[in-house]
Amino acid sequence: MSTQTPSAPAPVTEHPGPVRSHRRLPRFAATGVYLAGLVLGALLSAVTGFSVALTVVYGAVLGTLAVWLTSRAVEGRRKSTDRLVTAIVTTAFAIAMVPLVSLVYTVLDNGLRRFDGTFFNSSMLGVVGEGGGAYHAILGTVIITLLTTVISVPIGLLTAIYLVEYGTGRLKRAITFLVDVMTGIPSIVAGLFAFALFALFFGPGIRLGVMGAVALSVLMIPVVVRSSEEVLKLVPNELREASYALGVPKWRTIVKVVIPTAIAGLGTGVTLAVARVIGETAPLLVTVGIINGTNLNPFEGRMATLPVFAFYQLTQPGFPPELAIERAWTAALVLIMLVMALNVVARLISRFFAPKTGR
Amino acid sequence: MTLTSAPPTPPRPKRRAGDRIFAGSATGSGILILLVLAGVAIFLIAEAWPAITAQAADLPGGHTLTAYIGPLVFGTLIASVIALLVATPLAVAIALYITYYAPRRLAAGMGYVIDLLAAIPSVVYGFWGIAALAPALVPLYGWLEDNLGFIPFFAGPASATGRTMLTVGLVLAVMILPIISAISREVFSQAPALHREAALALGATRWEMIRMAVLPYGKSGVIGGAMLGLGRALGETMAVAIVLSGSGGITFNLISSSNPSTIAANIALQFPESTGLAVNTLIASGLALFVITMAVNMLARWIVNRRADFSGAN
Repeated sequence: MSTQTPSAPAPVTEHPGPVRSHRRLPRFAATGVYLAGLVLGALLSAVTGFSVALTVVYGAVLGTLAVWLTSRAVEGRRKSTDRLVTAIVTTAFAIAMVPLVSLVYTVLDNGLRRFDGTFFNSSMLGVVGEGGGAYHAILGTVIITLLTTVISVPIGLLTAIYLVEYGTGRLKRAITFLVDVMTGIPSIVAGLFAFALFALFFGPGIRLGVMGAVALSVLMIPVVVRSSEEVLKLVPNELREASYALGVPKWRTIVKVVIPTAIAGLGTGVTLAVARVIGETAPLLVTVGIINGTNLNPFEGRMATLPVFAFYQLTQPGFPPELAIERAWTAALVLIMLVMALNVVARLISRFFAPKTGR
Repeated sequence: MTLTSAPPTPPRPKRRAGDRIFAGSATGSGILILLVLAGVAIFLIAEAWPAITAQAADLPGGHTLTAYIGPLVFGTLIASVIALLVATPLAVAIALYITYYAPRRLAAGMGYVIDLLAAIPSVVYGFWGIAALAPALVPLYGWLEDNLGFIPFFAGPASATGRTMLTVGLVLAVMILPIISAISREVFSQAPALHREAALALGATRWEMIRMAVLPYGKSGVIGGAMLGLGRALGETMAVAIVLSGSGGITFNLISSSNPSTIAANIALQFPESTGLAVNTLIASGLALFVITMAVNMLARWIVNRRADFSGAN
C-alpha cells in the first residue's frame, strides 16, 4: 500500500515556492478577521430581516472568506489554503454542536413541565385528562433491562473469553466477523425476530415482557462481546503465564487472574451496553406493546416501558392532547437522564476499579 | 481439536473437569451467537413465508408483495443516502478537528461530547425532529420551492409542517454523525507519526501534511465508517416513524408532504394494529431490510478489516 512509501517528498516537487515565513499574520489576527466576518454576516441578515439561522450562514461564509483573502494577500497561497481548511474544519465542529445543544434545550424546556412527584408515583390506569405518570413504564423498563442484562452478560462474556483465551482458526474468525455484523442488525429486525420466535410456539398476538428481553439481548450481546474482548486482550500475558507456571489450571487462571484484572473494563463495557439498549423503542413496540396499568411479571401479558410510553403519549395523545404530550416529553427527559447517568457510572467504574497493576 | 499437532507440541496438560466445562461453555456461547444470527434469518423467513406465497388480492392494499415493499425500499434508501451525503463530510471535518486542530487539552472532552450524540435514544431524536427541526426548516423549504423549484428534488409544493423526507434525512445525519466521526477519528489518529513528522519537517503546512500523510492512510477507514453509518441509517426506526408523514408512493420530491415511508418506520407504525397476513407481510418487509443491512454491514466490515491487515501500524 502507498503508506509503505512515505509520500512526504511530494511538497518539494509539487509546490516549489517556500512558505514565506517572514510574512506572517499576527497570532490572533485570523480569529479576529473571522469574527469580523461574523459581524458582517449579522449586519447582512439584519438588512434582510434578522434571523439567527441566516446570521450563522452568512457569518460562517463571510468569516471563512475573510480569513482566506487576508491570509492570501499577506502570507501567500499555501498558507492561505491551510487557514481556509482550519476555518472550515472549526466551523464544521461548531455546526455539529448545534443539534446537540438544540436537542438538550428542547427536551429540558418541554420535559421539566411535568417533572413532578405524580409522574413518578402514578401509572396511567384510569387516567383520562390531567395527572397520570410513568410509574408503570419506569418499572417495566427496569425489569426488562435487568432481564436483558441477565441473558446477555453471561453469553457475551463467555463468548469474549472464548475469542481471547480459547478460540483458534476458522471458528474464531467466523464468530468475530459475525459479531461485528450482528452489531449492525436494525433494532426493529431484532424485535421481529423475537416476535417470530415466540409466535411460532404461542401463536400470533403474543406479547410478553420476556420477548422484549430476548429482542434486546440480540442487540446487547454483540456490544458486550466487543467491549469485553477489547478489555480481555489488554490483560498482560505475563500474568497468565505466571499463573500457569504455578500449576493453576486454565479455567481458574481465567476466573481468578484474568477477569479480576479486567473487571473495571468489563464493568464499563456492560454499563455502556445497558445504556445502549435502555433507550431502544422499536423492538419493544412489536414485542411488549403497552398497557396503562402496572404489570411487573415479564412472563405474562403486555408491559409498559418508558420509550414506548413516550412514543404513544406523543403520537396518540387522545384529548386534550397537550397533557399527554407533556407526559411524553417528561418521559423523554427521564430517558436521557437514565442514559447519561449510565454513561457517568461507566466512567466512574473505569476510574475507581482500574487494576492495581501498573499497566 | 485434539488432532491439531504443530511440530513443537508441549506435553499435553491434564484436562480437569472444570477446564472441560469452562472451555465447553465458552465455545458453546460462541456457537450460540452463530445460531442466533442464523435463527434471525430462519424465523423471519418462516414467518414471512405465508406472505411470500399468498395471492396478491389477500395482501394489504391488494398489491403484490414487491409492489408493497418497493416504495418502502425506495424511501429507506433515499433517506439514508441524504443522511450519508450530509453526515460524511461533516464527520470527517469533525474528526480532523478533534485529532489535529483542537487544543490538546480539550480534544478528549470534545470527543466525549460528540460520543454523547450517539448515546441519545432514537425516540428522543424523533421528538426533537418533530418539535424543533421540522418547524425550523419550513421557511427554508418555502425558499427552496420558490428559487430552486426547477430541480426535481425541490419541486414542491413545500410541506407546511416540515415533516418531509429531507427533514428525516437531516435527523438521520445527526444520528450517524458520531458513528462515522468516531471511526474516522480512530484511523486519523493512527496515521504513522513518522510520515506526519516527515511532511512537517519538509516544510508542509498543516493541511498539506493532512492531505499527504493522514487522508491517504485513513481513506478506507472513513469509507468503512460511512458504510456503518449507512447501515444504522437504513435500520433506523423511531426517529423516522415520528418525523416522517409517509403516505405517497415513489417520488424524488424531498420537500413535499407526500413521501414514501421507510421499511422500519412502516413496521413500527403498522405492526401493533395488524393481524393475520398483514403481520406476515410486515415481517417479509423486515426480511428485506435485514438482507439490505447485512449486505451493507458485511461490505463495511470487510473494508475496515482490510485496512487493518495492510496498514503499516500493526
